[in-house]
Amino acid sequence: MFDNITNWIDGLTAMQQFVLFSGVKIFAVFGVLMTCVAYAVWVERKVAAAIQDRVGPNRAGPFGLLQPACDGIKAFLKEDFTPDHVRKAYFWIAPAIALIPALLTVAVIPFGSNLGAQKMVIADLNVGILYTFGIVSLGVYGIVLAGYAANSKYPFIGGIRSSAQMVSYELAMGMSVIPLFLWVGDLNLSQLVISQQGFVGWLPDALGSVRLPNWLVFQSPMLALSFFIFLVAAFAETNRTPFDLPEAEQELAGGYNIEYSSIKFALFFMGEYAAMITASAMMVTLFFGGWTLPWFGLDQPATSIPGGLLHIGIFFVKVVAFVFTIVWVRWMWPRFRYDQLMDLGWRRFIPLALVNIVVTALWLWIRSRS
Amino acid sequence: MENAQAYLFYVFAALAVICAIMVVANPFSRSPVTSAMFLVLTMGCLAGLFTLLHAFFLAAVQILVYAGAVMVLFLFVIMLLDLKEEQRRQVKSLSLVAGLVSVGAILAIFVRSLIATKPGEGALANVEGSTSKLGKLLFTQYLLPFEIVSVLLLVAMVGVVLLSKKDLK
Repeated sequence: MFDNITNWIDGLTAMQQFVLFSGVKIFAVFGVLMTCVAYAVWVERKVAAAIQDRVGPNRAGPFGLLQPACDGIKAFLKEDFTPDHVRKAYFWIAPAIALIPALLTVAVIPFGSNLGAQKMVIADLNVGILYTFGIVSLGVYGIVLAGYAANSKYPFIGGIRSSAQMVSYELAMGMSVIPLFLWVGDLNLSQLVISQQGFVGWLPDALGSVRLPNWLVFQSPMLALSFFIFLVAAFAETNRTPFDLPEAEQELAGGYNIEYSSIKFALFFMGEYAAMITASAMMVTLFFGGWTLPWFGLDQPATSIPGGLLHIGIFFVKVVAFVFTIVWVRWMWPRFRYDQLMDLGWRRFIPLALVNIVVTALWLWIRSRS
Repeated sequence: MENAQAYLFYVFAALAVICAIMVVANPFSRSPVTSAMFLVLTMGCLAGLFTLLHAFFLAAVQILVYAGAVMVLFLFVIMLLDLKEEQRRQVKSLSLVAGLVSVGAILAIFVRSLIATKPGEGALANVEGSTSKLGKLLFTQYLLPFEIVSVLLLVAMVGVVLLSKKDLK
């Protein structure tokens, strides 16, 4: 049985194999991502409950684990109401536009080293990071169009506020990764992960076995600052607290998605969680070594199938840790006011990111001279 | 493989032309927002064409800068305008003439350069793919045009700041 399949695959041309394996990877990643989106909601509710000393969802299945399935069924079966005054075409496509960019971003993220001969990344682009930012920047349309489609005051203000926020923080986010690429000298995300193998070199030898992984966040103070800016911008880009103004409940009656119901509303919701997961995956890849761990030779590309699966597992655990942190922050911080948000973005983070680029460039120049 | 690329070229080229026509002459809607959204689609198709030419950097930047940033700001401004008045407005003969003249001029340049170059000749595409090569070219061979463009952008920015100030001191 297994031999038959192997023979059949070997018989295919290179082009057919490429199409087959890409198809399999796309379906697998899509499936895992959508499951994670569903369970991110469950994690959010459980963590919220634990922090507020409540029980949280516990009725559907053990520990409420079937809750996401129930939520999904509910979202599909509820009445899909379209108010009379909305702009129909935009009202229909806006939820889809909100979800799609978050799904497309994962295409360039290396989620493991390799399984057999296959690299565990859907598209190994040499401009990987630019592709990511390009797609992320399209995410604004979903929210703007949702606000516009609703054709009433509060969603419109919500949409405008949100687009202003996302455009502002996109700049800081884009500029925060430039030092990273100056440092590494490559825009390809797989190469970036490879450059994070081993341990950092700057710790004194006297510490002995106390060593830090050679992840980019630990490699220099400039890169640590980059990570900090990226982290804050990622919170703002995914509309999470303390930057969840687009849906500031008390001020805007819910924001850009008031007029939506049923699965259309759920799509916005899923888009937010998918964006949160992809942002976490980006942070893991860019700053926290991707699928590598410096111990037990786990920073070398896998040579066996179990090794490959282990790398995927490592990547997954790191992403879950970030998702957990993002959820945690939601219940620890109050929301920023809109003027504070803009002030922070334009007058603090963008100049800080610019200075960071210049300092990194100067440092690299001095190092190359000596 | 070659065939697939040819098909993709025709698909993207046709979509780009159709979307571009929908930007200026949409039979179903006169809303500027719809025009802007079709312009975004046109940009997306152009990025597809750049990808087929192996100019990945250009394709990514096309999406990042034009579709993601410039058009979002366009949409932003359009939404804050009075759209009803905009939809009622008729095309003035003067703007029609100006538009036709400028389109005609650009078309003439295109046709002339198309006739002048034969397939497989012309400027060598030495910037495709690699971002670092492109960067080096921008800062050596094309330094002057590059700097002129950046000064132009600076002038535009200063102009906006000046215009948006209500009373000049």
